[in-house]
Amino acid sequence: MTKELIKGNEAVVKAAILAGCRSFYGYPITPASEITEAAARYFPLAGGTFLQAESEIASINMVYGAAAAGERTMTASSGPGISLMQEGISYLAGSELPCVIVDITRGGPGLGNIAPEQSDYHQVVKGGGHGNYRTIVLAPNSVQEMCDLTFLAFDLADKYRNPAIVMTDGFIGQMMEPVEFPTTSVEAPARPWAVLGNAETRNNLITSIYMSPDELEAHQRHLEAKYARANRGEELFEAYRTDDAEVITIGYGIVSRILKTAVDQAREMGIKAGLFRPITLWPFPDRQIDIIADWTKSFMVVELSNGQMVDDVRLAVNGRRPVNFYSRGGGNVPTVDELLGQLIKVSEDSYVRENISESEELFWGV
Amino acid sequence: MYVKTYQRAKSFFGEFERKPGDHLTTHYCPGCGHGNLHKYIAEAIDDLGLQDRTIFVNPVGCSVFAYYYMDVGNIQVPHGRAPAAATAIKRAHPDSLVISYQGDGDLAAIGGNEILHAANRGENITVFFINNAIYGMTGGQMAPTTLLGQKTITSPFGRATEREGFPLRVSELLATLEGPTYIERVGLFDNKSRMKARKAVRKALRNQVEGRGFSLVEILSPCPTGWGLTPTESCEWMQEKMVKQFPLGVIKDESASREGWNRYRQVVPAEKLPEILDLTKESTEQFTPTDVPGCYRNPSIKIAGFGGQGLLFLGKLLAEAGMRHAYNVSWIPSYGPEMRGGTANCQVNISTEPIGSPLVSRPSVLIALNRPSLDKFEPEVASGGLIIYDSSLIDRAPERGDVEVIALPATKLADEAGSARAANMVALGAYLGRTNLLDQTGVFKILEKMTKSEDQMAINRRAFDAGARFAMF
Repeated sequence: MTKELIKGNEAVVKAAILAGCRSFYGYPITPASEITEAAARYFPLAGGTFLQAESEIASINMVYGAAAAGERTMTASSGPGISLMQEGISYLAGSELPCVIVDITRGGPGLGNIAPEQSDYHQVVKGGGHGNYRTIVLAPNSVQEMCDLTFLAFDLADKYRNPAIVMTDGFIGQMMEPVEFPTTSVEAPARPWAVLGNAETRNNLITSIYMSPDELEAHQRHLEAKYARANRGEELFEAYRTDDAEVITIGYGIVSRILKTAVDQAREMGIKAGLFRPITLWPFPDRQIDIIADWTKSFMVVELSNGQMVDDVRLAVNGRRPVNFYSRGGGNVPTVDELLGQLIKVSEDSYVRENISESEELFWGV
Repeated sequence: MYVKTYQRAKSFFGEFERKPGDHLTTHYCPGCGHGNLHKYIAEAIDDLGLQDRTIFVNPVGCSVFAYYYMDVGNIQVPHGRAPAAATAIKRAHPDSLVISYQGDGDLAAIGGNEILHAANRGENITVFFINNAIYGMTGGQMAPTTLLGQKTITSPFGRATEREGFPLRVSELLATLEGPTYIERVGLFDNKSRMKARKAVRKALRNQVEGRGFSLVEILSPCPTGWGLTPTESCEWMQEKMVKQFPLGVIKDESASREGWNRYRQVVPAEKLPEILDLTKESTEQFTPTDVPGCYRNPSIKIAGFGGQGLLFLGKLLAEAGMRHAYNVSWIPSYGPEMRGGTANCQVNISTEPIGSPLVSRPSVLIALNRPSLDKFEPEVASGGLIIYDSSLIDRAPERGDVEVIALPATKLADEAGSARAANMVALGAYLGRTNLLDQTGVFKILEKMTKSEDQMAINRRAFDAGARFAMF
């Protein structure tokens, strides 16, 4: 199979079409615009619809309409646009409509800038919209994964009848790497629940309104049960040199790539470092983190945000080990040297902690 | 001889099983206009024979539960967004009959943008716009269409222009656009006006079936509860007051001259997709890795200069060629406004090992094509690395003593080769000439595919050769 050198943002579009997606509704925004641009070129040629919407609000509601009408559909944007889509995402989850949303995160808050950040973690992973719902979130760290996880996102969206979000940073979107695309396309699965404009589906109803408290609660329980199923089985992660690691770094997206090199360099210096990379941010691989917390001495979380994923790591570690946090923002990305320096510091800390006596530990606690 | 039978429309449920409580009456208040309008729509759907193909988009407002009554496909959508959802529904199923049913808060206030653009695109859908000059469902607040002087809960002193501006005439506004085909305003206050409304509903739906584009019927509709009037008084109030602000009649009608507004998709067989996606056109030719001196292996390259000097192109070419020599590669551009007129750079890795960090913070190779780039990136170059700089544009030499330097008059050599714009090719020649990183024949084959004309390719070759000759040991 030949490889194509391609941008992450373009790989998403080709993967989506091969995954049976036939409509794209979007609004341009840097650094996600190449997705919309590639969609404008390829969707019509592939027998689909591309439409540049009047806003992200319209985009997400077009996606809502297309999903309700039974087709694989998607949109893409960046932080400010995702903020505008939150109402629609809540409705999609409430009405149990599958779709794929791509977020190529930029700097914020407000207009921020167009440089890469990971500051959308809260609004995407925790759900920035109203109500009790979850979105499935996948975090690619290479262009190959922009292809593979877009495929997976469509499958998970259909499996759970829920929006799935592919979230990464500006670098992974803008970067070119060789990608192996699937050689054949798949057909979108049948959706007997959708409204297709025919006799078989005439009695179908897509809605998220449940006026009676009992009905709405029952609906919420149904959603929770679905989320619980996803939460036990769909977690994806990469564990790199963690088996004997004393310091385990945790990062996703571009950060995980830098950390990997830093871990290798730390190993050359004799530091037992490892990397744990969540590939699904929801469901978050907390049980796996709990397991590695058995033997590692400390964790080092690195994010291009003010500390958003680190909360989930702390919940998973549950106080059993120190969780150190290092961040850069504004579009600054740490260098390998910078993270290596942090790793060395953290590994020295964990050495100290391991060697202090119990009484000293109590003293430290005060 | 025939027998004429009268019966309830089939597209209207006989019993409202989706409705909580009793299944025989609607949830609408006595004297409300929604019931009439639902009935006209259902009858028209029956007459068109399109019950199965109808998709009714339920808004937010009193008619959020239209699906209690309409025995057709139903999709409930967020407040104001029905035209956006309807757009996508219609494009997914061009042969369905898509109805966007919206109140005045939904369409004229929160959904102002969606209706404007759906109308402007001439979407082949039918919009029924129920204007009762008030927010019914939320309990009688002011709407964009509330009349001057009209008291509501949120305009308790009566709507006044100095506070709330003017009642919005959406139909007239939309009629100024080229997109819409048919826009008419009707009322529901006496038998004559109701018959006109019934006719307009049919026309707006028939237009869609015939592919004539966007049709909107605005229906002035009584809301006795919201207005604090009896149903009879409401009808009088409409006739006396509302019609003055919202005159009845056809506002725009190009139905006769429009056709072909249904947006059908191309039918594309699945096996064609790889070709359509440009996944087959790429040459599969692989090149034999060259013998690279140890110090030049697995380079991390930074290429920097002015936007427009072809740096990103040079980086892509190196990455593509690296990939075809069976190396792992990555390419990252600086992006955004940086690209427009200012400095630009890209980062390329070509490696026998899997690439961890694709970011090049300590380049082993720096190709600097202007002074700011040399100033900025010289300190970052790894000890023992290679700096190639354009000595025709940069008026200083690198200060580092621990790196290899090629002072390459790139722009001058490019100019001599036929175009100063080929300085990037001179730099490529110099880099590959010095390091033997990639097979030159292979690089030229790739470059040919990326180059627009033969003339340009000839210049590229000459520029490359000049760079290579200059830099070869």
